[in-house]
Amino acid sequence: MLGGFGPPGMPQNLTGALLRRGVKDLTVIVNRLDSSWSAADPGKLLERGFVRKVCCAFSASPHPSQVTEFERLHEAGLFEAELIPQGTMVERMRAAAAGIGAFYTPTGVGTEIAEGKEHKVINGRTYILEYPLPADYAFIRATRADTFGNLQYHMTQRNFNPVMAMASKNTFAEIEESIEEPGCLDPDHIHTPGIFIDRIVKIPPPPEGLWTFPSERRDR
Amino acid sequence: MEKQPLDRQTICNRLAMEFENDWVVNLGIGMPTLCANVPFGDRDIILQSENGLVGYGPLAKEGEENKNLVDAGAQYVTTRPGTAIVHHVDSFTIIRGGYVEVTVLGAYEVAENGDFASWKTAGRKGGGIGGAMDLAVGAKRVWITMAHTTRDGKPRLLKRCNLPLTAVGVVSMVATDYGLFEITSGGFVLKEFAPGYTPEEIQEITEATLTISPDLRKFQTRNK
Repeated sequence: MLGGFGPPGMPQNLTGALLRRGVKDLTVIVNRLDSSWSAADPGKLLERGFVRKVCCAFSASPHPSQVTEFERLHEAGLFEAELIPQGTMVERMRAAAAGIGAFYTPTGVGTEIAEGKEHKVINGRTYILEYPLPADYAFIRATRADTFGNLQYHMTQRNFNPVMAMASKNTFAEIEESIEEPGCLDPDHIHTPGIFIDRIVKIPPPPEGLWTFPSERRDR
Repeated sequence: MEKQPLDRQTICNRLAMEFENDWVVNLGIGMPTLCANVPFGDRDIILQSENGLVGYGPLAKEGEENKNLVDAGAQYVTTRPGTAIVHHVDSFTIIRGGYVEVTVLGAYEVAENGDFASWKTAGRKGGGIGGAMDLAVGAKRVWITMAHTTRDGKPRLLKRCNLPLTAVGVVSMVATDYGLFEITSGGFVLKEFAPGYTPEEIQEITEATLTISPDLRKFQTRNK
């Protein structure tokens, strides 16, 4: 699992390490395989041929006029992609995290997403059955940590990261600002408790720590 | 009267006029985000975004961006007094749980039975669902803003959608460059028309049969 929604919360440094190491045949679970923000975006794993399967909410640009490298490689059959509605994706992660065997959701009923899935009418509404989505590893990013692995996120950096941390057997977090001694973070303001975190690493400030997000990327 | 299809901002202004005080509103990426540019006057509109933003402010000014604060379209936005941030599971609890009064989404096709298609175009292997399927079943209202025809002039307000569906029977209002349409059990109702166009001319570029509203009027551009 790779966290982040747009650049905020995206674990570019850990992804960069994975790129350098060159591990093959990965199954990557990510909202969207961006590759245009920096040299260590999750999409680069795909462009380097390290990925066998992708589970994502976007396997093509939402703007049909912009065909991405991801799409070209997907069309060429170089990897398999499972397209999942974003809310179903996070709920499947939550189920994996929370020991839930499966759940019924109304999302996708009557669409291609529902094909081959068990349907059930509950109180007059139709739902489809969805199963947990766990991972062996999650890479995420946060702003502050203590050495227990307790994490604080800044603004929309939070996004998928807390649920990915919980849905994975091993979670590595890259930390933007500081790693403190235990007791330095207010217990009332811990977003992800350290019991879900296995490794933390302080990353350098930009440009070495990447997270560039040029303003010309703005849609309007 | 001179014929004048409506521009994107005018179309979005029209839908934003219908937002009511205290509504939680989710705007899809692309054209719908223009609904946030409208001065809401004394109406307090709570904009919600899939990545966990609840009650965010306008776009950030150049040079004042917070690199960790973006909306669903990855545009830099701002906080305002009352902004809250939650994680993705809670964000989709807001969305699927029925707390969103209206979602304004873009679409490739809308049908007279309220179906719409927005995630996959013909001949493409992949698609972009994002949060649209969850929003479509979870929000109390689904409104669509879109160009009335394809670039080569083919209709997009149809009897039945041709492209893979995003959701079934949920759309209740559509604003295009040619008018404002309600979807009722009887199909599309033309409520308002772009300057200079007759209902017959709008019907010509629409596959579905239009019912003409008894209150038919010119496309409204001023806040009520």
